[in-house]
Amino acid sequence: MTSTYEMIAKTTLGSAQATVSFSTISGSYTDLVLISNVDVTSAGASINIRFNSDTGSNYSYTTMYGNGTSALSTRGSNVTSSYIAGFVAPNTAIETVIITNIQNYSNTTTNKTFLSRANRASANNSPGAEALVGLWRNTAAITSITLAADSGNIDTGSTFTLYGIKAE
Amino acid sequence: MLNTILGSLSSGVTVSASSYESIATVTVGSGGSASVSFTSIPADYTHLQVRGILRSTRALSQAGVLFRLNSDTGSNYSFHALLGNGSGAFANGSANQTYINMGELPAGSASSGIFGAFVIDILDYKDTNKYKTVRLLTGQDRNGAGEISFLSGNWRNTNAITSITIKEDISNMAEYSSFALYGIKGA
Repeated sequence: MTSTYEMIAKTTLGSAQATVSFSTISGSYTDLVLISNVDVTSAGASINIRFNSDTGSNYSYTTMYGNGTSALSTRGSNVTSSYIAGFVAPNTAIETVIITNIQNYSNTTTNKTFLSRANRASANNSPGAEALVGLWRNTAAITSITLAADSGNIDTGSTFTLYGIKAE
Repeated sequence: MLNTILGSLSSGVTVSASSYESIATVTVGSGGSASVSFTSIPADYTHLQVRGILRSTRALSQAGVLFRLNSDTGSNYSFHALLGNGSGAFANGSANQTYINMGELPAGSASSGIFGAFVIDILDYKDTNKYKTVRLLTGQDRNGAGEISFLSGNWRNTNAITSITIKEDISNMAEYSSFALYGIKGA
């Protein structure tokens, strides 16, 4: 048996940027795991994901989160990108940790479903724990990932690490 | 690629990449399958993780899926869930069950090509001093419907886990459903 959990690429932002992309992702793995440690320049912005630069209304998501008082669930349908985390803080000292599992990303038979968990401790009552499922209605193999804040930029110091997991 | 790097599992557990190994993979073929089993799981690891995508053939938009350990069909399982369906968040649980619930996943009436995704973490699977606790992150979105579930499960048995069976509740799992078992070594 061989080691099958490999780092593909890592990005640390030296300045605030509108987007972060991983491109030319090989089809060598079974799943992708994207670990993001992120803050934003605009209060309450969400981090959104797109695949293969598709800007069509081909995404949807269902999310559940707790804000310290209540547990809530919302969804987006026919949207042009999917949340992977909502209500990210504009504060480099309070990063939001997001782990996104993109299952069977390279098959060309199924639409692509991904799971995300986001966690943030905060001094206010914005959501601190979130679980999300997203769908990209496309059977193409995923070869690129683009992340963006839905308002403002992704802030300096945010890190993004993409791993591949290979099943035998 | 790096031989030793630090990653983080869905659970948030930090792991050295060199200690994360593929054990076996199953993809359901044409005609579907009522269940998928991993058997003769070696005791070479500290934790197990099962990852995959799944769709049921049942004539519903979504259907329940479950799993069992060591083929035990006794009432020795319990589980709890937090789930969100886009309108609200809920909690449920059940004791003395004959399986651990994996939540609802897309079924035969859902648009073609839509599969749910899951990650199951089975901790200390070979420790014969403990009952076995598992946790699952399971989700399906059908563009206007769907569910995200975060579950825990318990098997009241101290035996080492040597087999895992994933089963559609009353029907089949669809072609292209895919299951991969990984082992994670301890220090």
